This record gives sequence, C-alpha cells and structure tokens, in this order.
Amino acid sequence: MELRYSDSDEAFRARLSEWLKSELPQFANAPHRDDWEHRRRFDTDWQKRVFDAGYAGLNWPKQYGGADASPTEQLIFFEETTKAKAPYVGVNFVGTLHAGPTLVEEGTAEQKAEHLPRILSGEEVWCQGFSEPNAGSDLAGLATRAERDGDHYVLNGQKTWCSFGHVADVGEFLVRTDQNAPKHRGISWLILPMDLPGIEIRPIKTVLGSSEFCEVFLTDVRVPISNRVGEENDGWRVTNVTLKYERGTAFVGELIDSLRLCADLANTVKDPVDRRELGRSLADFDALWSLTKRNVSQSVTGQVGPGSMMVKLAYSEARQRFGELCLRVLGRDALSLADNELIEERLRTQALTIAAGASQIQRNIISERVLGLPREPR
Amino acid sequence: MFLDLSDDQVALQQGIRALLSGRFGSERIRAGFDREMFDELADAGVFSLIADGFSWADAVIVFEQLGEFCVPGPLVGSFLAGGERITGVYAESTRTIEHIADLEALILLDEEKVLAVDLANLVAESLDWPLDPLTPVARVADFGETTLLAGIDPVEWRQRGAVLTAAYCLGLSSRLCEMSVAYAKERLQFDRPIGSFQAIKHLLADMAMRTEVARAAVYNAGAHLDASDVAGLTRSISVAKALACEAAIRCGKDATQVHGGMGYTWEVDVHLYLKRAWVLDTHFGSHEHHFDHVAETA
Ligand SMILES: Cc1cc2nc3c(=O)[nH]c(=O)nc-3n(C[C@H](O)[C@H](O)[C@H](O)COP(=O)(O)OP(=O)(O)OC[C@H]3O[C@@H](n4cnc5c(N)ncnc54)[C@H](O)[C@@H]3O)c2cc1C
Repeated sequence: MELRYSDSDEAFRARLSEWLKSELPQFANAPHRDDWEHRRRFDTDWQKRVFDAGYAGLNWPKQYGGADASPTEQLIFFEETTKAKAPYVGVNFVGTLHAGPTLVEEGTAEQKAEHLPRILSGEEVWCQGFSEPNAGSDLAGLATRAERDGDHYVLNGQKTWCSFGHVADVGEFLVRTDQNAPKHRGISWLILPMDLPGIEIRPIKTVLGSSEFCEVFLTDVRVPISNRVGEENDGWRVTNVTLKYERGTAFVGELIDSLRLCADLANTVKDPVDRRELGRSLADFDALWSLTKRNVSQSVTGQVGPGSMMVKLAYSEARQRFGELCLRVLGRDALSLADNELIEERLRTQALTIAAGASQIQRNIISERVLGLPREPR
Repeated sequence: MFLDLSDDQVALQQGIRALLSGRFGSERIRAGFDREMFDELADAGVFSLIADGFSWADAVIVFEQLGEFCVPGPLVGSFLAGGERITGVYAESTRTIEHIADLEALILLDEEKVLAVDLANLVAESLDWPLDPLTPVARVADFGETTLLAGIDPVEWRQRGAVLTAAYCLGLSSRLCEMSVAYAKERLQFDRPIGSFQAIKHLLADMAMRTEVARAAVYNAGAHLDASDVAGLTRSISVAKALACEAAIRCGKDATQVHGGMGYTWEVDVHLYLKRAWVLDTHFGSHEHHFDHVAETA
C-alpha cells in the first residue's frame, strides 16, 4: 500500500492544473440546463480543448487519439478537473465514458478508427438506446427488431429514457436480431447514426422541469450490418462490457464533486445532529474515494475485486442521503431551485438509484455474482 | 499510489490466517483470553510487528484477521505498549476496565499525558454478566497514584489504537458476511434456500457493500500511519474508525436476522461478533464521536 503518487504522476498533475488555470476562465459561464443547443456546443468545445491539449481519453490507445496512459493518470484527470470546477463531461458522457470504452474493447479496427478520435475531439456526441417501455430492469426483454435486408438491418421499435438523444450524432443501440432464441441470445449491439431516415426523437420533461432524456421511435430504419459491434446475437455480452464502464468509472467526477458540495455546505450546518450527519456524508465520500483508488490499483495489477461492483450502489445511496441533509439544513431556503445548486442536485440525484441499473438490481447482481447466492428468475 | 495489498502483504495475510484458523477456532475462542493465548500470539510476532520492521499497514492486515476469528483479549493495548506485557490502554475518563485479572500493565491516556496505573494496589470490583462473555469487565472507583510515562505521545497512541481497532472491526464484519452467506445458502424454507429470497439477498448485499467500503477506509488509514508527510491523517483515521465500527455493528444485527432463531442462540457465533463490535465501539472514540470529528475537518 502506498498513498504517495509517483513523481511522474505528480508531474502530470502539476502540468494539468497549470493548464486548467489558463483554460477555465473561458468556460466560466455554463449555459442554462434546458438550452440544449448551447449545452452541446459548450460541452463539445470543452472536450475539444481537452483533446487538443492531449488530455482526452488518457487511458485509450494512442492510435485512436488516446494517450496510452495509466489508469492512475486518468484518475488524476478526473480529480483535478473536478476540483478546479472544469465543465462536466455533459453530453460527452456516453461517448467518452461507456460507448467509447466498449468500442476500444469490442469494435473492429474500422469502427475504432471512425469513431474513437471523433468522440475524443468532441466532434461526435453519443446517446444510449438500451431501455424500452417494456424493457427497463429486464433489459434483455427488449423488443426492437432488426431484420436483415441485404447488407442492412431494418429497425422497427421504440426506445425510451435516451439521455442526450436530441443532441446526439450517434447512438449505441440494442436490437433483437433473433426472435426465436432465448432472450439473452438474440440481441445485437449496433452503432446507429441518429440522422438516418425513420428516426423520430421526442424529448421527455423530467422532474427538473427540463428535458434530460427522450423517446426514440424507429420506423424502417436501415443500418449497415457493418455497424454491428461484436457478433450477431452476441450483443448481451457486449452490453455487459458497456455496463461495466457505465456502473464503474463513470462516477469518479461526481464523487469528487460531492466532497466539494459537503465542504460548501459545512459553514451553514450548526445543529449538532446535522453536523454528525455531515460528518457521515464526508466519511462516506472519503471512503468511496479510497475504494475507487483501490479499484484502480486492482485494475493495474489485474486482480479485480468485488469493490468495483459496489461503488455505484454505495455512491447512489450516500449521495441521496447527503441530499436529504441539504434540504433539512437549508429549510425554507430550499423551496426554490434558482441559484441553488444543492437543491438542484437533490432532485437530480433522485435518478442515481434508478439510472444505469436500479439499486435493487445492483443488489441482485452483488448477491449473485459476488456472494454466489441463487439467481433471480430471468 | 497503490491501495491494494502487495504480494508480501498477501503472504502476511495468508500466514496469519493459517495460524489463526489452525489454532483459534470457535471452541478455543470461547474458552476466553489467557496468558497462553497471549504467548502464542506473541511468539507468532503479532505484537512486535513494528519492531520487526513491518509497517502500520501490515499491522492493519494482521488485526483484520484477528477480528475475523474474534480473538479475545486486550490485543490493541498490548500492541501499543510494545507487546512485552498484557496491557490495557484506556481513556483516562473510563472507570470500566476489561480483562483486569490478566493485565500486567494498565495505561491511561488523557489529553496530554500517558499515565501508568499501580496495578498491584488497584481495587477493582469485577462485574457479573459482561455484555461480551469473552470480555470480562471490572469497575474501578479510583485509579490511585499514577506514574507519568514520559516520551509517549498520547495523541499518537490514540490514533494508532483507533486504526487497529477499526481493522479488527473490519475483520468482524467480513466474517459476519461470510457466515451469513453460508447459512443463507444452506438453510431451506419453502423448499428453497433462504438466500434465494430477495429480502435476504439484499440484506446480504448491503452487508458486503458496507464491508468493502469500510475495508477501503481502513486500508487507507493504515497507509496514512505510514506516510506522515501526506495530508489528511486524522480525518482518514476517523473515517476508518467510524465506518468500520458502524459496519461491524450493523453486520452483526443483520447477521442475526439472516440466522433467524439460530441467530438468537448462544451456540451460533454471531452474537460473539456483535458483542465484540459493541465493546470496540467504546474504544478510542465511538463511531458518533468520529463522525463529529470528520465534520470538524470540513
Ligand atoms: C436520468 C435517467 C437517465 C437514463 N438514461 C438512459 C439512457 O441514456 N439510455 C437508456 O437506455 N436508459 C436510460 N435510463 C433508463 C434506466 O436504465 C432505467 O430507468 C432503469 O434500468 C430502470 O428501468 P425502468 O425505468 O423500466 O424501471 P423498472 O424496471 O420498471 O423498475 C421499477 C422498480 O422495480 C424494481 N425492480 C424491477 N425488477 C426487479 C427485480 N428483478 N428485483 C427487484 N426489484 C426489481 C426496480 O428496482 C425499480 O425500483 C435512464 C434513466 C434515468 C432515470
């Protein structure tokens, strides 16, 4: 065990924070949460800067625009950018944090060459079309059909809760390519250009009052078969690669930001019961940061332990608990969201125990895959 | 930065585990702490790790295993005092002393000083029916004349004591999870293992999650003791002690629930683990005390 970072890691951190100091003043004014045209531009402009400076996709292969750096440098990047209040990944979430990493592992050379550099440079925004009205937790029950017609698939069906669907160029979509196989064995993972004819996107208003996700209707959409990632009907395995990233490293930035929010609230918290609760939130986030470092250490040696499966569940619960404290401490000041980041966060984090696999599903997964208990019906 | 066990630490962990599982099974533990047990642990090097060139992180790994086996006795106190004598180490404000019949030294920590109690002339009334049957307790009205022990920093002792106690509690949680998962796989009701019922699976998943989070915090605190130049020592210790003690108590309660009526019996080890967790929560600051301290660092 060693807490200190290597000299080269520290040099990297110092370079990065110098660079952030010079860049961030130009990104001080984030657009309104529901102004999607500006949000896309703002988030992708930032991504482009990160890319040009050589900090995008640090642990992705150099060949595709990454830096072949260690996971530790990637961790330092998340830590320093969040501490410096750099823009959040925003609309680049799907591309940089789970679709891209899935392509790195599973894509063909052509697919990687076409998409990875564009994801990193902010030229290509991705969305995720996994969930359907009747396939949420039971994702493998999805019904969107893909039928072969020559060298194309023809897609028909409906997706929902598609975050960034209305601003995305490309989507990672799950479709059923075999109607007769058992449900986990008839799925394929496709790269779907979102401007193809037959795609209709309808934004959905969320509890925040803005449109964070969309319904996507697919009517006779023709997609080249070469857009498939992995073998036909082997999409469930590829999906698990995507979910590993979505539920694993994707939360690091948020976690660091949670520590900042705790510190921001600290001066307002006077009541001893609330102080203790603040201490607990800080302890939870500190421990999750240690767990994240432990998971990264294990990913370096290849000895992956159960911790990586616990982070999402533990973080969601800790963050919501902190949100309750914010409401209580702010009292009647919590009744307006205007200029009130803590309360906006309280609402937003309601989604943490639902999105990317509800907490009940995470508990099923931990009890089955880590503890070896009998499996749920599936 | 590396927050996992090194190869040497894995070997250390396996070594101590092999020793404990060979000689410190449930029956032996239930016979209680005695001089022979102390000597055996001392011979294995448990109390002299630091003098033998091991790190505090290594000590954490050893104490985690002692917790896994619920080994009784004033282990942390003896470790702090150098391991030559069976030693109790307490906050000066306490009047309840554990294992007094076995103690060869009793040391009190106040804010600034470290004081040795004159054990030979100490009047103590042993209390019936201790909460933890393997931790006998006695009440002391007055410690009498004490001797100042120069050259020891009480703050340092409290910090180290908190981390080792947290490590021990982590071991308690870890074993409670293991016992409960095993029971849930084997106990049948409604013609199926109770571990197939979601209410039980989710309880177990939460136990495992809390234990893994506590583990990361405890290892982090151990590593901090070895790296005094890295900022954040006192907070890391409080995070570890608070989360590890709380996890052990909650795992103890959940393990009782998973075991049903068996969990309420003397025969099943669960109660010994839970009771030890309650005892250790009173050592070197309770989880509430440490949460409060974490808030002070914000
Ligand atoms: C903010 C947000 C963004 C999202 N973004 C996307 C996106 O970009 N792309 C995408 O594809 N999806 C997205 N989702 C969808 C998300 O993945 C699903 O909402 C989630 O998987 C749950 O599915 P569901 O909503 O159909 O709920 P359901 O599956 O209907 O679940 C309802 C409740 O039943 C419980 N439940 C269901 N099955 C079980 C079981 N076996 N055991 C115990 N309890 C069970 C669940 O835990 C939950 O509490 C997003 C969701 C949110 C909230």
